[in-house]
Amino acid sequence: MFGQAILNDNLPGAKQHHWSPYTDNGGTIVAVAGDDFAIIASDTRLIQGYSILSREQTKLFKLSEQTVLGVSGCWCDVLTFTRTLEARMKMYLHEHLKPMSTPAVAQLVSTMLYHKRFFPYYVSNIVAGLDQDGKGTLYSYDPVGHCEKNRYRAGGAAGAMLQPLLDNQVGLKNMKGGVLPDITKEKALMVIKDSFISAAERDTSTGDGVIINIITKSGVEVMHFPLRKD
Amino acid sequence: MSILSYNGGCVLAMKGKGCVAIASDRRFGVQTSTLAMDFQRIFEMGPHLYVGLPGLATDTLTVHERLRFRLNLYELRESRKIKPQTFSAMVSNLLYERRFGPYFVEPVIAGLDPVTWEPFISAMDLIGCPNVPEDFVVAGTCAEQLFGMCEALWEPNLEPDSLFETISQALMNAFDRDAISGWGGIVHVIEKDKVTTRLLKTRMD
Repeated sequence: MFGQAILNDNLPGAKQHHWSPYTDNGGTIVAVAGDDFAIIASDTRLIQGYSILSREQTKLFKLSEQTVLGVSGCWCDVLTFTRTLEARMKMYLHEHLKPMSTPAVAQLVSTMLYHKRFFPYYVSNIVAGLDQDGKGTLYSYDPVGHCEKNRYRAGGAAGAMLQPLLDNQVGLKNMKGGVLPDITKEKALMVIKDSFISAAERDTSTGDGVIINIITKSGVEVMHFPLRKD
Repeated sequence: MSILSYNGGCVLAMKGKGCVAIASDRRFGVQTSTLAMDFQRIFEMGPHLYVGLPGLATDTLTVHERLRFRLNLYELRESRKIKPQTFSAMVSNLLYERRFGPYFVEPVIAGLDPVTWEPFISAMDLIGCPNVPEDFVVAGTCAEQLFGMCEALWEPNLEPDSLFETISQALMNAFDRDAISGWGGIVHVIEKDKVTTRLLKTRMD
C-alpha cells in the first residue's frame, strides 16, 4: 500500500523538474585575417531566453600582445574556459620564459576543449592573432575542440547568417576573376561592421554594440560602434 | 529532422524598381542523397505571377496542382487576370484549410499587379500565415543564410539587371553553406513587358 503511493506519482498536477547545466547566452563573433593583421569582433549583448542580461559585455579576451580569443555560447562556460586558459598560459610563461605564440594557443584551446569531450564546454571559439612570422592567422573550433585554420570566420548565434556573406565579400566566392590579393584592413573593417548591422536586424541575441580588436605587430587596438538596441 | 527539410531546397524573392525577382535552387534529394539537379519548385501562375513552393517535394507538386485548379476557376468566373495580392490570399486560404494536417510547403509569391504594375512579394508558413514585406522574402532549408545575405546586399529601387545580380549572389552564397540546397539555380526577373529566366551554373557539391 505504501509502495503503491510512491509509484503512483504520474497524476494530474504532478510536476517534473528539469535542470540543465547549459544555457544559451547568444552573441556573435566575426574575425578576418589579413597579411599583417587580424581583426576579431564581437557584439556586446548578453541574453538569457527573452531577457537581456547586459548590453555592454564583450566576448573578446586578450590573451597576449598578439592573440585575442572570441568566445560565445554558455556564459558560465565562457568564464570557466577563459580563466583556465589564462592560468595555463601563465604556467607556460613561467616554464618557458616567453609568452605563448598564437599557433601554440590555438593547439592548447583544442586540447582543453577535447579534455571535456564527454561534458563539453558549450562554447563557440575563434582564436585570432599574429603567428611567429607576423602574419595574420585565425583558428575556429567546435565545442569539443575540432580546429580549423581560416582566413575569415563567423561564429556564435548569427554565424550561419554571416558566414555566406564573408564567403562572398572576403573569400570572393561566386565572383568573376581569379584569386585577388589579401584583404585590406579598411575593407575588412567595413565588411565586419556591415555584417553585424545585418545580424542585428534578424537575430534577437545580437545587438547593442560591437567591440572590435585589431591585432598588428604594434599591439591590439580596440574600437567600438553601436548597434540597434531593440 | 523536420519533414520540411526532408527533400531540401530554398526559394527567395526580392522587390526592385518596377520589377520583382524570384529565385530557387534546383536540387531534389532524400535527406542527404541527391537524386536530381533539375527539380522545378518555382511555377508560372500567370504572365507576371510566379509561386515558389519549397518544402516536401510531394506537397510542392500537389499544392501546385491545387493552386492551378483554383486559379483556373477564378479566372473563368472573373474573366480577368488575378492580382498577386488576391493570389496570395488564395494560397493562404488553401493552406489554412489544412490547418491540422498541413501541406509541408512554405510558399513564396512574386508578381506584378496586372493593372498598376506595382511589384508584390509575399511568403507564408506551412499553415498560410502571410508575410508581405517591402524588401525581400526567403524560405527553405537555408533561410537563415538567405536572411544574412539579403539583409546585407539588398537596397531599395534596384533596376532589373542589378536586381538579378543581387538575388543571384544572395542565393548562391547562401545555398553553398547548406548541404541540402544548391546544385544549380534558377532566377526569374519579372518586368512589365518581359520575364527573363536564367539558369545559374554553380558548384555542384
